Amino acid sequence: MSDNPVRDAITEAITSHDIILFMKGTPEQPMCGFSARTAAALEALGTEYAAVDVLPDPRIRAELSSISNWPTIPQLFVRGELVGGCDIVTEMYESGELADALGVHAPAEAPAHAPAAAEPGAPPLTIDNNLVDR
Amino acid sequence: MPSTDDLKQRIEAAIPGARAEVSDLTGGGDHFRASVIAPDFANLSRIEQHRRVYAVFGAEIGGPIHALSLETRAE
Repeated sequence: MSDNPVRDAITEAITSHDIILFMKGTPEQPMCGFSARTAAALEALGTEYAAVDVLPDPRIRAELSSISNWPTIPQLFVRGELVGGCDIVTEMYESGELADALGVHAPAEAPAHAPAAAEPGAPPLTIDNNLVDR
Repeated sequence: MPSTDDLKQRIEAAIPGARAEVSDLTGGGDHFRASVIAPDFANLSRIEQHRRVYAVFGAEIGGPIHALSLETRAE
């Protein structure tokens, strides 16, 4: 471990989850429209993913942006690589590239345009927030 | 407070040949959307295209520019 436990925890989270979304708030209670939209795209594809709320500790956002060279939240990583933020994820959802990148087939009921927020009754998700000091 | 014209001019000045259209998403002067077309984007991935635009504003992203939604393409 380095002397930067927050950075180590982020790196560990990215490498140990195939699909991980860093967002403001949680999928159930997003605190920003861009985060809501990005989580909703993942939910519309019915994929499981880990989600990390960056809001509890400002160091999470600072270290994440330093690691990813990406200034804004949300950030979606697939198999350790930054896929993008809300704009890119939305574009990829609508072109079908997102399902390909995630290795899933879009459900027949998935809307053609990325939903602005998850529908009620969306499946429960694994919330994995181990980035806050214990 | 940055204006849409400021953002447009800075993007076009920083990225050779770029044409930018910038709108204020909320009218509040801090949530913007930019559509940027630049020949320099031709060999860049979408991620790299967005990074190139974000780099124009550095630490202002997340500060005075609370959000900058992007759409980029090479031509």
